[in-house]
Amino acid sequence: MPGSGWLARWPVIRQLKGEDPRGSAARSARTDALRPRTERADTVARSVCPYCAVGCGQLVYVQDGRVTQIEGDPDSPISRGRLCPKGSASKQLVTHPGRQTRVLHRRPYGTEWEPLDLDTAMEMIADRVVRTRRETWEQTCEGKVVRRTMGIAGLGGATLDNEENYLMKKLYTALGAIQIENQARI
Amino acid sequence: MAECHPVGFQWVMEAKARGARIFHVDPRFTRTSALADRYLPIRAGSDIVLLGALINHVLQNGLDFREYVLAYTNAATIVSADFRDTEDLDGLFSGWDPETATYDPRSWAYAGTDEQPQGEHVEGGRRHAEAAGPESYGAGGAGAHPSPRTDPTLDHPRCVYQILKRHFARYTPELVERLCGIPSAAFAELAEAVTANSGRERTTAWVYSVGWTQHTVGAQYIRTASILQLLLGNMGRPGGGIMALRGHASIQGSTDIPTLFNILPGYLAMPHAHRHDDLNHYLELEGGETGFWGNRRSYLVSLLKAWWGEAATEDNDYCFGHLPRMTGDHGHYTTVMGQIDGTVKGYFVIGENPAVGSSGGRAQRLGLANLDWLVVRDLTLVETATFWRDGPELETGEMRTEDIGTEVFFLPAASHVEKEGTFTNTQRLLQWREKALDPPGDCRSDLWFYYHLGKLVRRRLSDDEIDRPVRELTWDYPEHGAHREPSAEAVLREINGVGPDGRALSSSTQLRADGSTACGCWIYCGVYADEVNQAARRRPRGEQDFVAPEWGWAWPANRRILYNRASADPEGRPWSERKAYVWWDAERGEWTGHDVPDCEIGKPPDYLPPEGARAQDALAGTDPFIMQSDGKGWLYAPSGMADGPMPAHYEPHESPVANILYGQRANPARRTFDRPESPYNRPGPLFPHVLTTYRLTEHHTAGGMSRPLAYLAELQPELFCEMDPRLAARLGLGNGDWATIVTSRTVLEARVLVTGRMRPLRVEGRVIHQIGLPYHWGWGGGGLVTGDVVNDLMPLVLDPNVYIQEGKAMTCDVRPGRRPRGRAMLDLLETYRHG
Repeated sequence: MPGSGWLARWPVIRQLKGEDPRGSAARSARTDALRPRTERADTVARSVCPYCAVGCGQLVYVQDGRVTQIEGDPDSPISRGRLCPKGSASKQLVTHPGRQTRVLHRRPYGTEWEPLDLDTAMEMIADRVVRTRRETWEQTCEGKVVRRTMGIAGLGGATLDNEENYLMKKLYTALGAIQIENQARI
Repeated sequence: MAECHPVGFQWVMEAKARGARIFHVDPRFTRTSALADRYLPIRAGSDIVLLGALINHVLQNGLDFREYVLAYTNAATIVSADFRDTEDLDGLFSGWDPETATYDPRSWAYAGTDEQPQGEHVEGGRRHAEAAGPESYGAGGAGAHPSPRTDPTLDHPRCVYQILKRHFARYTPELVERLCGIPSAAFAELAEAVTANSGRERTTAWVYSVGWTQHTVGAQYIRTASILQLLLGNMGRPGGGIMALRGHASIQGSTDIPTLFNILPGYLAMPHAHRHDDLNHYLELEGGETGFWGNRRSYLVSLLKAWWGEAATEDNDYCFGHLPRMTGDHGHYTTVMGQIDGTVKGYFVIGENPAVGSSGGRAQRLGLANLDWLVVRDLTLVETATFWRDGPELETGEMRTEDIGTEVFFLPAASHVEKEGTFTNTQRLLQWREKALDPPGDCRSDLWFYYHLGKLVRRRLSDDEIDRPVRELTWDYPEHGAHREPSAEAVLREINGVGPDGRALSSSTQLRADGSTACGCWIYCGVYADEVNQAARRRPRGEQDFVAPEWGWAWPANRRILYNRASADPEGRPWSERKAYVWWDAERGEWTGHDVPDCEIGKPPDYLPPEGARAQDALAGTDPFIMQSDGKGWLYAPSGMADGPMPAHYEPHESPVANILYGQRANPARRTFDRPESPYNRPGPLFPHVLTTYRLTEHHTAGGMSRPLAYLAELQPELFCEMDPRLAARLGLGNGDWATIVTSRTVLEARVLVTGRMRPLRVEGRVIHQIGLPYHWGWGGGGLVTGDVVNDLMPLVLDPNVYIQEGKAMTCDVRPGRRPRGRAMLDLLETYRHG
């Protein structure tokens, strides 16, 4: 058995020989050269975990236009740098391959999705909002002025930002859509 | 808490390390139980019995914090002679109208206030209740007489203290044993610990989540805890309180700035066609004139100015007429019925997945299939977007893709790191997120979507009068970058509000009713004080004290503990040095302390309001509950609740046991849907077990944000049901076998986890088995793991105050083996519905 060759320096051998298996024995030239990818990040954004409502601080590391790591923010008085399994996995939430990045459209009675340009989709949705609102407009109900539409409804908001909820409620209310709900009801 | 809010739970462990005792009450043993000093298994749906017995223990033994109770609660207030209790009427309070199934709360009022009725007492409760009116008390309390008659000796038979004592007298340790399944000795230990740990030197906190709210008596669960905490002097003090642990990143924010049918930003009620004629009439009915809620005209006029700007003038009621009117319940489940009936044509679903996440999913999918158009915005193709090609009703033959006329638009959303904005966390703290990078492909923020949709809609408007509210809407925000992303900071600044000089306001006390101020959400006024985004503050925790006031911004006014005036005694001195938090500094003539005082800073403790004073001037220097019209914490609610001024135990809508307390079995005011899409389990032996549901640490709600993630999918790969060994043995089931769970709504299958964590409980002399199901799975949603939809099992039955569904306690049956497929599954279901 070689005494000081590459085989003797192989961590497995050193661990078998009884050195601390998690400490010095695990070291090699390669591991010594490893650096955390957070060190190479171009930017770090201070963010907040998107799962439950504890509001743990997150640091989002970006390199070459990609999220390379999301870690707990040690400065946060709420979380002190900690994240739960979901928060720790949230880089995958942003980068997983199943994430949809293109608009899809299903025609009435259609059997498949079809691709659709984002601008076209926005125009089509605006057309439908205006048309449905006109067609279902209720000026009065049970003898009282209500000026509303019962033809358009919305659900969603507890995962969104306050600013987003604000614009949603503002636009829906001006349109007269009142069946507006979110997860807080549920 | 250790399961669903693990990082928050570190503070419970810190408290334990410093000597706190932790009790965990839950139908199943969890990681929280493992770390608590005591675990008390309880039958799901019986918590009012447990909490009521604690209240009874306090009252019968005179263990209340008397000085606190006398000064800060309505214990001494005399109640109307017309009031009748559930103890008198076998489970009903006075004012019940069986025809409309609603209460008229007039008889619940304080005595001698007939000449000056307020709010719901003027009009009866029906219209208010039908529109889930109690939800508007998220910021200000219901109206009540500001200075009612009192008896400080607490001897008057009709004072709140004595009424409470009589009401809870039958909530005994024996009843707890019979209905909750908690042995008397375990109850005695809990009662001793809670009372011994309350008073001048010590405080006790309660923590809850949807295990308390998703019941037909959900709001009354919280009321029961409030009564106990007020009696023990645990509100407004450090280490006290009732902590709602909310389950979505900004679910608090989505209530404060509500995408909800019945409220406007800051908990101002949506106007009701039959209740509110014009601005003045609305303001008259929506609460009392005293306390800070007495300023609601300023809050509402400032909101209308934020939305309609120059167009909103005194002459046109500040465009109050632009607001659409409610006529009843327009909530989530009623909207689904509207979809099935064909009145709702278009539906936006934004970061939600009702096909899997809402109760009684089949009704949801029937509704989706009957729309003209559906817009779904999410990170992945959630089941709500794909129900038409892979929903469970295709397998059973109830639907065919070719027959579904719904046009579906799926628009991919930006993630939380690809946009900037604020979340409001569970302690009312707003934290600004910086944007890390641009979203990929067609992904956009919801801010982008609604802003640009609004612009496109406005381009299509006519001169028609119905278009005027949209035409006149202020809708102009700076745009940034190639995607023309609207400025979230500009929106936050609008929410904060501006004064006559156009500068950002710093406090809601600056709001005016004359149209000179504009403010999108009065409780958030101050988040942009001094033209600085206060929610973006990130002073490290090591550089500030335990209150950490310079991390983010909490509403209102950056106060971290609400009602903290109560942390000092009536004279303004801390109750004890150990529990000092805010106090009156006589020398400087102002309130001071560790937090922003939750009272007027210069109002001395001995201030007494002059006759006829209004708003905050009507609050005495001793009144800590400044949003209440009488400044008091309500042990008894003379108005504001749709189902009674005090909590009473009712069995869940579906329960295997009778209500031994009252002839009235379940909450009489609960909301049910009497339609074929909403079947209920019949009482009796067909559905012998209790079913409850919950989350796992490794997944999130309907799974759209967790099942597509490889790490999380691997950690919790498959739907399972937890079952106690006795029941498993009886059914011949072993660990890892398949079981079929049945309610009248659906049939599903899950792997069996045989575990002592679910304990059979002896209730009313018989053994009740509880089945536990996590609800994170669905058939698709981009999930790396899939499974049957647990929420499909739930009944559509709602709490009458806030229309939340009863998802935490119902009945079910369990059968060994996998479920039948296709038509055979419907046949099995039929035998349970009619067999």
